[in-house]
Parts: sequence; structure tokens; C-alpha cells
Amino acid sequence: MRLIGWAIALAAAGLTPAAASVAAPAPSQNAAAAPAATTATPPAGTAQDATKPDAAQPAIVPGSVGHMIPTPGVGEPDGRKGIQLQVTPIGEEAVGFHNYWLLPLCAIISVFVLALLAWAMIRYRRGANPTPSRNSHNTMIEVIWTLVPVLILVGIAIPSIRLLRHQYSPPAADVTVKVIGHQWYWSYELPDYGVSFDSYMLKEANDPTRQANQRARTDNDGPPLLAVDNRLVIPQGKVVKFIVTADDVIHSFAMPAFWIKQDANPGQLHETWAKVDRPGVYFGQCSELCGARHGFMPISIEVVPQAQFAQWVGQNGGHMPGAKPAAAPAAAPAATAAPAPAVQEPATNQAATAQN
Amino acid sequence: MSTTADSLHLKKHEAHDAHHDADHKPGFFTRWFMSTNHKDIGTLYLIFAIVAGIIGGGISGIMRWELMEPGIQVLNRAWPIGAGTANFDEWAHHWNVLITAHGLIMVFFMVMPAMIGGFGNWFVPLMIGAPDMAFPRMNNISFWLLIPAFLLLLGSSFVSGGTGLGAGTGWTVYAPLSTSGSAGPAVDMAIFSLHLAGASSILGAINFITTIFNMRAPGMTLHKMPLFVWSILVTVFLLLLALPVLAGAITMLLTDRNFGTTFFDASGGGNVVLYQHLFWFFGHPEVYIMILPGFGMVSQIVATFSRKPVFGYLGMAYAMVSIGVIGFVVWAHHMFTTGMSVDEKMYFTAATMIIAVPTGVKIFSWIATMWGGSLTFETPMLWAIGFIFLFTVGGVTGVVLANGGVDNYMHDTYYVVAHFHYVLSLGAVFAIFGGFYYWFPKMSGRMYNEFLGKLHFFLMFIGVNVIFFPMHFLGLDGMPRRIPDYTPAFTEWNRVATYGYMITIAGVAIFFVNLIWSLAAGKKAPDNPWGEGATTLEWTLSSPPPFHQYSTLPRID
Repeated sequence: MRLIGWAIALAAAGLTPAAASVAAPAPSQNAAAAPAATTATPPAGTAQDATKPDAAQPAIVPGSVGHMIPTPGVGEPDGRKGIQLQVTPIGEEAVGFHNYWLLPLCAIISVFVLALLAWAMIRYRRGANPTPSRNSHNTMIEVIWTLVPVLILVGIAIPSIRLLRHQYSPPAADVTVKVIGHQWYWSYELPDYGVSFDSYMLKEANDPTRQANQRARTDNDGPPLLAVDNRLVIPQGKVVKFIVTADDVIHSFAMPAFWIKQDANPGQLHETWAKVDRPGVYFGQCSELCGARHGFMPISIEVVPQAQFAQWVGQNGGHMPGAKPAAAPAAAPAATAAPAPAVQEPATNQAATAQN
Repeated sequence: MSTTADSLHLKKHEAHDAHHDADHKPGFFTRWFMSTNHKDIGTLYLIFAIVAGIIGGGISGIMRWELMEPGIQVLNRAWPIGAGTANFDEWAHHWNVLITAHGLIMVFFMVMPAMIGGFGNWFVPLMIGAPDMAFPRMNNISFWLLIPAFLLLLGSSFVSGGTGLGAGTGWTVYAPLSTSGSAGPAVDMAIFSLHLAGASSILGAINFITTIFNMRAPGMTLHKMPLFVWSILVTVFLLLLALPVLAGAITMLLTDRNFGTTFFDASGGGNVVLYQHLFWFFGHPEVYIMILPGFGMVSQIVATFSRKPVFGYLGMAYAMVSIGVIGFVVWAHHMFTTGMSVDEKMYFTAATMIIAVPTGVKIFSWIATMWGGSLTFETPMLWAIGFIFLFTVGGVTGVVLANGGVDNYMHDTYYVVAHFHYVLSLGAVFAIFGGFYYWFPKMSGRMYNEFLGKLHFFLMFIGVNVIFFPMHFLGLDGMPRRIPDYTPAFTEWNRVATYGYMITIAGVAIFFVNLIWSLAAGKKAPDNPWGEGATTLEWTLSSPPPFHQYSTLPRID
């Protein structure tokens, strides 16, 4: 039944039929299925073992596009006592609102109540005040403690509503990414670029549930439980629209560093957006309980300059829209790792990481 | 005379009951299994809540143990459910079973039975000068429906719930994880459990409404009722209006699961978010159901130990009424990330923040009640003061979360976990303990041990803060809820939280020592152990009150 639902959702959306190939995830996922759907994987499609690079498949070059080395403390949790570094305009506005307005207000109100309580406990203890007053009304003070909170709340509501308005007024999208939640992995489609792939969590080398053909996580991929085999790569400084849905149960597409979180509802399409100016690798996790491996379907997004994005699109069997319509048919059968559209070839793969 | 209700006593006190059988106290089975006495039923509710609290609290212990370190260390052990399995998915599923059971048990089988069934049953009739509840037999069935409900929920852990044994849907039971996502009978059993618990609460609600409206003693006008009675009155109206919506929603889940309907399935024209609207239309009033009786108890306690009448009585009563009313129109703030329109988000942001106003009125009125008083700090007062402060902390983080734009970040992270445990685990539970110590002498006829009570309070005050305050940090750093394992960056605060659990459990152990010791060997309690501040009617009766009270109705001027 849920397959039917998925098919209907797709038909209604009128989105790329390529997604239909994703429609049948085996209930017990295994990355065995992943490479098949991963257009990035060269013909062999089997050995993703980093220790045995296949001749047909170039070994993973840390720092190359899609494999940028994360910066500790950026785009990932680091045990701090506060909100992660924000890299989108919305995130910066929101974190300012939280850190410089909501949080101080919380602290002031809590300390104020604590101080009143402490004062009452000391000043009006029985030893200090043996005869209680019978005072139980004071209209003026009651009006004050009703109206002052109202004013404070209005002071919160104004920036809060402004933030909402900004979140819901996205600029025109430069790149559209369709995000599909599955039990228990994410798949991404860039319909305008002809790219679609699945993204699974990378398991630890010593994880007994890791299959022989599954690449183990390394620190270059990201922190444990957050690193994925195939990251979503998006261009820096561009408005990226995420169209979010799911094909089985509700998931939630969350990226703390972008201040976005959008539930992935089966049978519905919802959108959110981000414009990331800072190149880097960012990590998030599914944020709606979706079954057993809810905690094991992370999200990883790599933000790179436009040229590297084009390179990544080429490596994944896609093509830049408009730029080289002729290159696309050539790239598809070839399916080699050679970057097909090289309008602006990046100098080195390290370019992006250098900016980190 | 001391025709004792023998309440809470597991052992009998034949000695001094022997010569006053005019009261014809029934035999053990008749008395406890076929009871129509509001005090005995209240006692049963309290015992039930204590048992459920032990189970629910034990489950949180397993969860904190698992979360103490990154990796799976505990779920893979041989539990009664899924013993010895080597399947990772089943371990992970058992985590979801634990969080589901913890949530449902604490909400439906611990807090609600303790506050409404326990203290409500015991003290609403006593406080309004009524001989008993309006419908004593319905009162009994309300309690006894809870037993099969609880057994169904516990039993669901031993049957298949899809990936493994037990219902792993979270207490919210969101479709389609709870429909197509959970094969097997476990979720059906959990749903039946909620149906029964809901029916029990609806019957109880009808009983309380009738009792409060019709059985007040002469002169006890609505505006003279103690605030605890007001709080129960508002609470049971919320129950009466909210629970049928839950019943409908979970019935739709049942038919989606078993009879091929598609209420929550897009492939048949349904809508997965519809379930969330229905659930939270119940679920948000439910959180006030859990806290409002606590407000009432704290009001009684603060007034008693300040030796002053409650400050701004009418404001306090109508603050609760307005919290109840507004509580029905803010539900979608639990759903800010489901893809609502900007207008919806703005409305629910604004409406949610408005609740802070009557809540603030209550906080300030409690402080004003203390102001000018002659305060003593017996154990109940400590819990009440702790409640006021911690509820404030949980309240201000609630205002943060009320902002739809900000909630994008916090939603479904540990920040939310910290927030609702501050208002429930530190709010509702503190109120329950406060009420328990406050009324323990009245219910049992014996004084609790003051030193152990205070030790319990301080251990638990420290412990729960050590558990839940670091969860704010985890949430701000991005840790999602409901995950059995986490990336190593979250280790430090998770370990601290687990230490907090250890402190808390030590406090709870002190509570049980105190409870058993006091029941067995506590000093005999006078009719009114709290002095001139305790002005409500229950303190005019003996401790414990006679089996049937107010054969001549009291008259209130």
C-alpha cells in the first residue's frame, strides 16, 4: 500500500520518473542496494572498499569534491553549550534572535523569580516575621504583572514574526533538490541536473553489521553516526530549494547549521530552502521517529564553489543545465569518473578545503 | 472517632477499630475490590500510580544507562523482551519500545492517576464538604479500567511490533509508523490500552464535574472553593473535551491498520498530518491536564505554609480557566516542522505565547502569597517552592520554543526533552510529591519523617536538574530525540545526565524508606498538623478521616 502511495505522490508531483527506481527499498536496508542506485558508482558497482581501490573506480581522494574534509566544530556538534555555527542568512538572523534576545530574557526572568523567592524565603520566614499579614489583594500589582509579560511577549513576537516572514520569503531558487526519506536512508535527486543517488550512513570499521562491500567510516568522512557514503553537494552562495517527501513513514530532513528542519511526509511535498555562503561539510540527522534505525540515517551536505559543483554533477552522471546539452548523452554511456562538463575546471580538488 | 479508613496501610489496625463497627467497614475484598468509597479509590489510584511510576522510572534508568556512553551497551543485553537477539535492528527497536512505554506510562498511568484519580478523589469531596463522589460505582469502574489498560500496554512489549517485540512508535503514535510501519499486534494492544485509559478518564471527568457542581456543602459557592478543586474542575473539563478526540484518532489508526481504511494514508486520499492535528488537539490539553492539578496543590501548600490566604484568589482561579481555554487553540505548535503555512505558524506562535500570561500570573501570585507571610519550610513547602522555580525555567524555554521560526532548530532535539521534563518531571512530579507529603498525615493518620522528606527533596532537586539541565546544551548542539546512540560529541553531557539519574534514584529510594517507615512507625498525626494556615475543610476531619464523612454537612459562611 505504501508503494501505491508513493507512486501517487510521484505522479502528482510530476517529478522525474527516475525516482521510481527508488520505490522498492528492501525492508531491511543494506548498503548492498545502495551502490546499484548510485549513479556515481562506476560499472563494477561492487567494491566500495577504500582499501582495495578498483581499477575502474578511482580511490577516494580526501578533499576532492564530495569528499571534503570536515572542519571540527563547523557543521557538526562539538559539545558546545549553545547553538551550532550558522552559515545561512536565516540561521544568522535566528541565532541572533535566540542568543541576544530570547536567551537573556529567559535568564533574567528565571533569576528574577529566583531572587523574589529567595527574598520571600529569607525576609518572611517565621523567625523574621512571626505575624503574617492578611493581605490577599492588590489590584495595581495584579494589573502590572499581567501587562508587563504581555509587553515582553509583544517584544518577542515582533522579531519572531519577522523571522518567520523571512523564512517563508525565499529568493528565486537556483538549484532544486528533491529529498526523499526512506527507512533508513535518504535519497537525493537534482532533476535539473540529471543526478540522483542514495545516501547511507557509513558504519565503523569494527561494526559487525558492516558488510564486506561497505566502505567503513574514516575521520575524513565525518564524525561517527553522522558521516554518509554519498554526500549531497550543493553550490556555495546559491539559493537551494529542498523539496522534501518520504516513501514509507515520516522522516524529518534537518540541517542544524542551516537552521532548517522539514518533516518528510509520505504523500506530500514540502519545501524549505537554504543559501549557504560558507563552503564546508555540514551534518544533520533524521529528526522524526521513523522506526528502528531512526538514529542511523544522517544527512550530510557539502557546500562547494560552483565550479566544483559542476564537476560533482558530471562525476555523478549528470549535466549542467543549458551549459552542455550535447555533453549529456556523451556522459551517460561513458559513466566514467571523468568530469564531463568542464567549463570552469577547478585548479585542484583541494581548492574548496583550502577555504576551510 | 477513629473508624479509620486504614488508607495506604497495607497492614491492618484491628486493635483500635474493634469497638466501633457502627460504621460497618466492609471486609478486605469488598473494601478494596468493590469499593465505592472515594478515599479508598483514591488510595488505590495512588498505589497504582506508585507502581506505574516505579516501572516508568525504571525504564528511564535503562535509557540513561544506555545513553551514558556512545555505542550500544545495554539494549544488546538479554532482556525479557528480545532476549539474546543479535539483530541490531531489534536492539534499536527495543529503544523505541522503551521511549514509548516511558512516555505512555508516565503520562497515562503515573501523573494522571496520581493527580486526578489519587488526590482528586481523596480531596475534592473532602474540600467541598461532600460525603463522597456523585457516582461512587462509576468511580470504581474508572479505577478498574486502568488495570487492564496498563496490562495491555505492558503486554504489548511481549508481542511483535514489526521490527521487534513491542510498540516502538513513541507515545505520540504517529501514522504511518504506527500503521503500515508497525506490523504485529503490539501497536493494536497499545491503542486498546489508550482506549481503556481514556474511557477511564472520561468517566472520572464526568464524575468530578457532577460532584463539584452538585455536591458542594451549603455556602460553598464556586468562588469559595479551594484552588485545588478549581484546578481539578478545569482539568476534568479538558479531559472531557480532549479525550474523545484522541479516542477518535486512535480508532482511525486501528481501522487503518486492520480494516483497510486510509485516513492517514495518501494512497487512499488520506493525510498523515491529519493524525498529528487530531493527536495534538488532545495532546496539548493533555499537558495542561498533567500540570493544572499541580497548580492547585501548590496553591494549597504555599498558602498553608505562608499562613496566609492565597493572593489574588480569583485571578488564580480564572488564570487556570484561561490556561485551559487557550490550551485548546495552540496544538499545532507541536507541528511547526510538518510544513505548515506561514500564516498558521504565525498564529500558533502568537497563541502559544499568550499562555505565558496567565502562567505568569500564577507564578507571581504564589510569590505574593509568600510575601508578608510567616513561612515555615516543612517538606511540602520545599517541593512547592522547588516547583515554582523549576516550572519557571521550563516555562521560559517554552516561550523560546513557541517561536515557530526558532523551533525549526529546536524541534525534536533534546532541547524539547529538557523543556517538557522541566515542566513535567520537575513540575508535575514535584507537585505530586509536595501533595503527597502535604496530605500524607491526613490520608494515613501518621506523620512522615521530616528529615527523610527533606533529604528526598534535596537529592531529587539536585538530581533532576543534573539530568535535565544539560539536555538544553545537547539540544542546542543538535542532538535529536529518540536515538539510542549518538556521535561522540554528545558524550559529556549525556554522562552528566546519567549521573543525575543516579542522584535522583537515591532520592526516590529515600522516599520509599520514608513511606514504609512512616506507615509502620510514624508518629500519629493530629487532625491538622500544619497549623493555622491549613484552612480547607479536610483539616477539620480526623486523620485519617472517618470511613464516611460529613453525615451532617458542614456550613460555610
